[in-house]
Amino acid sequence: MKKIFFIFSLILIGSNAHAALNVFACEPEWAALTQQLAGDKASIYTATGPLQDPHQVQARPSLIAKARNAQLLVCTGAELEIGWMPLVLRESGNSSIQPGSPGHFEAAKFVSMLEVPTRLDRAEGDVHAAGNPHIQTDARNFLPVAEALNKRLIQLDPANTSYYQQQYAAFDKQWRASITKWEKQAAPLKNIPVIVQHRGFPYLNNWLGLKVVAELEPKPGMEPSAAYLGSVLSGLQQHPARMVLRAAYQDGRPSEWISERAHIPAVIVPFSVGGTPQSTDLFAMFEDTIQRLLAGLK
Amino acid sequence: MSSNIYWRAAIAAFLSHSLNVLAANDADLQAIREQVQQLEQRINQQSSTASAPVASSGEGAFNPAISLTLDGTYGTLHQDPTIAATGFAMNPNPVHEQGFNLGESELGISANIDPQFRGVATLALDPAGGISVENAFVQTSSLGNGFNIKFGRYFSGLGYLNEQHAHAWDFADQPLVYGTLWDTQLTEDGMQLKWLAPTDTFIEVGGEVGRGRGFPGSDRTKNGVGSGVLFAHVGDDIGIEHSWRAGVSLYQTRAEDRVSEGVPDLPGTPGGVSNSFSGDSRTAGLDFVWKYSPNGNTANRYVKVQGEYFRRKENGQLTYDTAGVSTTDSYDVTQSGWYLQGVYQFMPHWRSGLRYDQLDPGTASVGTANIANVISNYGYTPKRTTLMVDYSPSEFSRLRLQLAQDKSRQDMADNQLFVQYIMSLGAHGAHSY
Repeated sequence: MKKIFFIFSLILIGSNAHAALNVFACEPEWAALTQQLAGDKASIYTATGPLQDPHQVQARPSLIAKARNAQLLVCTGAELEIGWMPLVLRESGNSSIQPGSPGHFEAAKFVSMLEVPTRLDRAEGDVHAAGNPHIQTDARNFLPVAEALNKRLIQLDPANTSYYQQQYAAFDKQWRASITKWEKQAAPLKNIPVIVQHRGFPYLNNWLGLKVVAELEPKPGMEPSAAYLGSVLSGLQQHPARMVLRAAYQDGRPSEWISERAHIPAVIVPFSVGGTPQSTDLFAMFEDTIQRLLAGLK
Repeated sequence: MSSNIYWRAAIAAFLSHSLNVLAANDADLQAIREQVQQLEQRINQQSSTASAPVASSGEGAFNPAISLTLDGTYGTLHQDPTIAATGFAMNPNPVHEQGFNLGESELGISANIDPQFRGVATLALDPAGGISVENAFVQTSSLGNGFNIKFGRYFSGLGYLNEQHAHAWDFADQPLVYGTLWDTQLTEDGMQLKWLAPTDTFIEVGGEVGRGRGFPGSDRTKNGVGSGVLFAHVGDDIGIEHSWRAGVSLYQTRAEDRVSEGVPDLPGTPGGVSNSFSGDSRTAGLDFVWKYSPNGNTANRYVKVQGEYFRRKENGQLTYDTAGVSTTDSYDVTQSGWYLQGVYQFMPHWRSGLRYDQLDPGTASVGTANIANVISNYGYTPKRTTLMVDYSPSEFSRLRLQLAQDKSRQDMADNQLFVQYIMSLGAHGAHSY
């Protein structure tokens, strides 16, 4: 009994030993941003991988255990994590990361949302009431999110205020310079007609000016039938597209099908940090996204 | 409003950069002007979209989340479904329905009550009319330190499948062991305390005290605690592709005059007799589930394997033939059962599954007064093999075809077919692991 108690207290002490801020990042892009802003002051756990459909993550025991010890949760919000996060939060028994507390950070609260539905009806497919949650495909969205996240880090860990300020200032400067560079590189993409597999790119399109002429899902989240793909294909004669886009986590078959028949390239966009081998951090994610889109033009 | 300020700041910064880089010639200036115009247009568009969601106010503002599950089956059976599994006539027998059959529609309502409490109610609408309270509980939301308390009527936290609502089951029915040992699902009126250890590995321990109103207990009027549950769960990931959870559970209760009808006996009374049992009931269980999906992407393909084993020891007094001779003597028996099942999502929206079920009715030790009346050893092992395929056009709808070879009753092998639909309307809460 004594032995068990001893081991038990070791476990308790062990988990509290590291002083770094315990961060639970829902998606890799927020883990990467937190890494940029908090450096070694944070110990970051990433809940989902870049090749996982963020809509369909399960409330796995490991996620509940990691949320139990988190001091800060950094997520997209806007209902993207609605299928698993409420359960993880409830089961975690951790009062400091519940909605409304400083430890609960939702990036979507700090950007202007696109595609906010005026009509909420499941006949429209998997729509999100707060707007399209895939905000991470527009580099400009990271500016207000980083600013807000910086404030939150300082609020939770005031001892390291000057460090966080420094990190944020450096990131902000470098990010703004990068946006300018990327926009210049991406200039040829403006008004290029594209097909998307899932309605996942309104922010990217809004930023770089790509024009969506067709979607391969008849309604968001619904699998296309062969007949539907056929109608998309015949529609391309009136509205030809230059490429078909899909996020790295998506099943490739629908895009490959269109790609073969319409003789246009199928382009995989990393969608998150790590979605492609090249997208190793936030900067590389956008570099790679633009390079892949430009390659699709050729 | 604040996002608008961010946008203006971003544009100002963007322009100052652009100006430095580009202000070389008139053509570039023209391009900048165009950019400014477009950006302004974009701001206007976005501030209008951002203000689009109108916060509801008045009575409707605090509406709880409401969900309705519609469920129905078509069944083809070749044997009388009211006959219990061999050796389990004194246990519940969840009956399969034949032909077209409306299942239980489930109405769920949940909301935060205040910063401390959350309330959940699930009402089952019986197709024959009538409403029963499936769940009605309150749970704490801000205890912290890994503690959670639940009180009211809830599905007990024992085992793996017990807490899952019918619409989340992978087959149209529960495994035989759940049907016979838990009357499909153990629902408790009571209180549950759970604690999650502050470790990187998921370690959860919990205990429940309850009324013990459902099988194997029996509803009775008394102060204090009628049943107790202890459970522990451990789980983790192995890399990004594998995850698992394993658990042990213990359940203890007491039955008082638990009456069973139509129990076969040694004299071979036609239609069986009515017996009554009073005594202690203790159950131990083991459960595990393992899931695998390539790249951890469960949307495309995944495999889920799960199994559970329960063993129940009951000792007390059995009254044989309560309507006739009514002789009472001691009766001890250990029954057990297990199932193993696998579900494979072979392409998005399509899944297939295979389940094997087995029960052990055990050998009862019967007191001398009943030795010539009560069957102590049935000498038969009930088993069943089930296959299913289901298609889910969206996460809110599912259509299922299920085939079973049911050998749970001696000399009554049955090939069963079920077609099922499960549809969810309204709020769709997160599913448990």
